[in-house]
Amino acid sequence: MDDLLREFLTETNESLNLVDAELVRFEQEPNNGAILGNIFRLVHTIKGTCGFLGLSRLETLTHAAETLMGKFRDGMPVTAEAVTLILSTIDRIKSILDAIEKSEREPDGGDSDLIDPLGRMARQEAAPPSQVAPPPPAPAPVELKKPDQPEPREKADKQDQPVAAAERSDEERGDRLANHSIRVNVDTLDYLMTTVSELVLTRNQLLEIVRRHEDSDFKVPLQRLSNVTAELQEGVMKTRMQPIGNAWQKLPRVVRDLCAELGKDIELAMRGADTELDRQVLDLVKDPLTHLVRNCADHGIESPAERIAAGKPAKGTIRLSAWHEGGHIIIEIADNGRGLDLAGIKAKVIEKGLASEAQLAAKSEAEVCNYIFAPGFTTAAKVTSISGRGVGMDVVRNNIEQIGGTVDLKSVSGAGITFTIKIPLTLAIVSALIVEAGGERFAIPQLAVLELVRAGNNGEHRIEHIKDAPVLRLRNKLLPLVRLKEVFRLGQCDNENGFVVVTQVGSQVFGVVVDGVFHTEEIVIKPMSSKLRHIPVFSGTTILGDGSVIMIIDPNGVAQALGRAAAAAARAEKSELQGREEEVDEDTVSLLVFRAGSQQPKAVPLSLVTRLEEIDCRKIEISDGRHLVQYRDQLMPLLRIDAESSLKKEGAQPILVFSDQGRSMGLLADEIIDIVEERLDIEVSSDRPGLLGYAVIKGATTEIIDVGHFLPQAFEDWFRRRDLSAARLTRTVLLVDDSAFFRELLAPLIKAAGYRVVAAASAADALAALKSDTRFDLIVTDIDMPEMDGFALAEAVRAMPAAAAVPIIALATMVSAEAVERGRDVGFHDFVAKFDRAGLVAAIKEQSADLSRAA
Amino acid sequence: MTIMNDTQLSDYVTFTTAEQLFGLPIECVQDVFKPSSITRVPLAGPEIAGVLNLRGRIVTAIELRSRLGLAARDQAQVPMAIGIESRGESFGLLVDAVGEVLKLSDDEREPNPINLDRNLGRVSGGVYRLDGHLLVVLDIDRVLDLSPEAAAA
Repeated sequence: MDDLLREFLTETNESLNLVDAELVRFEQEPNNGAILGNIFRLVHTIKGTCGFLGLSRLETLTHAAETLMGKFRDGMPVTAEAVTLILSTIDRIKSILDAIEKSEREPDGGDSDLIDPLGRMARQEAAPPSQVAPPPPAPAPVELKKPDQPEPREKADKQDQPVAAAERSDEERGDRLANHSIRVNVDTLDYLMTTVSELVLTRNQLLEIVRRHEDSDFKVPLQRLSNVTAELQEGVMKTRMQPIGNAWQKLPRVVRDLCAELGKDIELAMRGADTELDRQVLDLVKDPLTHLVRNCADHGIESPAERIAAGKPAKGTIRLSAWHEGGHIIIEIADNGRGLDLAGIKAKVIEKGLASEAQLAAKSEAEVCNYIFAPGFTTAAKVTSISGRGVGMDVVRNNIEQIGGTVDLKSVSGAGITFTIKIPLTLAIVSALIVEAGGERFAIPQLAVLELVRAGNNGEHRIEHIKDAPVLRLRNKLLPLVRLKEVFRLGQCDNENGFVVVTQVGSQVFGVVVDGVFHTEEIVIKPMSSKLRHIPVFSGTTILGDGSVIMIIDPNGVAQALGRAAAAAARAEKSELQGREEEVDEDTVSLLVFRAGSQQPKAVPLSLVTRLEEIDCRKIEISDGRHLVQYRDQLMPLLRIDAESSLKKEGAQPILVFSDQGRSMGLLADEIIDIVEERLDIEVSSDRPGLLGYAVIKGATTEIIDVGHFLPQAFEDWFRRRDLSAARLTRTVLLVDDSAFFRELLAPLIKAAGYRVVAAASAADALAALKSDTRFDLIVTDIDMPEMDGFALAEAVRAMPAAAAVPIIALATMVSAEAVERGRDVGFHDFVAKFDRAGLVAAIKEQSADLSRAA
Repeated sequence: MTIMNDTQLSDYVTFTTAEQLFGLPIECVQDVFKPSSITRVPLAGPEIAGVLNLRGRIVTAIELRSRLGLAARDQAQVPMAIGIESRGESFGLLVDAVGEVLKLSDDEREPNPINLDRNLGRVSGGVYRLDGHLLVVLDIDRVLDLSPEAAAA
């Protein structure tokens, strides 16, 4: 028998037995909406599945029953006749299911004997409420039944008999289907797991004993025991894990059948099907996933004609992806259809009395979208057999929340909708790198690890220090380092040898210095003791294969050791999860503090600095009044920050190297003082060129250097040599950033690239500028801005007829996959990290090149 | 057969730490074991001796000496652990030595004497005067309450 059909039979039988019992309860408490909701959902699910499997007879029958129950939900009084009729329908469904199980196809025959009265009863109540006359008794379904059906239920004994009948049929079916699969209680698996761990421990002790006795007779059998134990352990672990692909298996068929039925052309793309998750979790997300995919296919994707009219390819796409992320499994379902109908949702919300118009007006778009998760909510104009009855989305959310997950949606009108399901990984197994620091072993989740670098005095990579902060030069980048031993206060690092685990948290990349690296191991994450949960550097505990307990490192927590900037980034991520509970200090930046010329310290954002170099003074040449040095086979101009700074006469000259578009320039410094994490508040601005202003850093008034000022100085000749086409000069870029610092940093850069720049300090200013007469060819906007962020700005711009086509480049402090995804949805053409100046210029050029081509 | 009388008897698992006799109501105690291969937890408080694997369960080991503000145990002396289950979590209380189980009458239990060491008083739920000894009954909830406020109280 077809897997799909078999599963359907098992599930449907279970559901039907539930419906039986629930219906009886319902008749006793006709005002209990919760019971009705349950019944309705069960019948809805059965109907939906029938549709996919092409069981048309069942589908028609359940549809009729569902329609009647829908009336009850809308307030129609529940009569005993109606319940009897529905129970008879359920009996009929069961008999059809029996036949299907035997012959693998629906039996011949019709059900108009039931469908007609069901329809009649549903229609009667649609009449005006003034009509008090009770509906005529339904034609006795009892007489219409086939002889082989269960005993008809009499009104009088309805209270206990149906349950008994249900149990009886349950037993019969159970026998027939039991041999296909066994459902094992998770507790049993947990118990097995515990026992196996104990076995592993005992084995280890035995191995230890045998090791002490040479030539022991036990050696060979113990080796065998050891292998078997390992296999058993692996096997037990495996029983709990399944690839998410298992839950996706039936989706292609679901989509194909829907396409046929709705006359649509939809492609289902799946990514990350091998992402493993706990079996129990998997079971629970299966139905929500199916629901969501069905909804995307039915409501989201337009008909081919509509799509072509909207300038989209006729074939719609539903994208399913799954991946592990920071202790969670993320499942994303995205379509490129029409998106949610916000106006429709608002109208429905008001109609259903869920919120007033004024309340709605105060809500953000995302909040309005979330109403689709309200029980009984549907905006579908007509009720189809697939969806539109308002069951589903609330069930989806309930099921996911039950397992401690969240479901989020992002809709862009005309561009599609994305559902993001986030499920905690508490039970899941992750791959972890086992490292050693200060004599203890720790696990670092492999997901956060980019690469491993061996650092030593003799090797290629050497740990260096800027002031007290350790750094590593890795492929021309300065990588900040954090020593695990010091973070964990396990003693001082005595030498500079060790391994650097290059780790990424958000967009921040840093190195974790450890004493040793062992291997990668699949670990089962166990929740941490409540007594240890306050320690931010750990996310859990795990038992290794050898039975020892080790702590799992939380890379976010370690990043905090790097300073407040890292902490802010981690908090930003966390607060995104927690619905932005706390204000995030976005402006904290790593600053390189140095001295050049005057005694007053100077600072520049570390992220702008490509490298710190020390160059032998004798190598510095003077040509045409400018200082140059041969650097990496190029001539690099060297600039003085102010007239006071002078070149050293001998020894090594510290230089801050800035690179842009393959060119480098050096700023001469006298001394590198420190790297600090500070909130950058420019308190006194400066008119002096090359100086943004003054800020207090570590208690000292510090000059904040405007790198943007020096870039064109150094590259002056270079810019002149470039063929600045007339077109480019006439192009105007709208730069939106709430931070004056970045506006002043980026505007000269864009200007230097040959564009006119209009800067706006907020999204509102930007929109005002767009409404003015100035024609903009490109918008470059920050994402994180107060009041209206970059996403909202993009949406607003897209809604302006005059500006809808203007390409938008987003600047982000952190570029996460989610942000990129969201950005693509709202219509960002490109995404550039805030400090990636080369990337920004490249992106601007690319977008304006597109414009020229399009023109 | 025990002779039934009016007084209620309770069983206490007794143990010593730094020469002091302690008792824990037997229903609090899951098991008694010799802790092996305790993994230290960096940055945890001094009371946390570490975590260990006890038959597949992860047990948090709490050092009673540190909890009571006493000097660390002699390196040579091997501690014993009293397994405790509290709010779904497993703990192991590290003590010097485990003694016998005593049956004591609830009536004879006295409130903490006022001159009882402050650290002891914080975790004590009363005392018994045995011949020549003072048995301090530990209140396990208070022993496991490691929050800073509780420590400062």
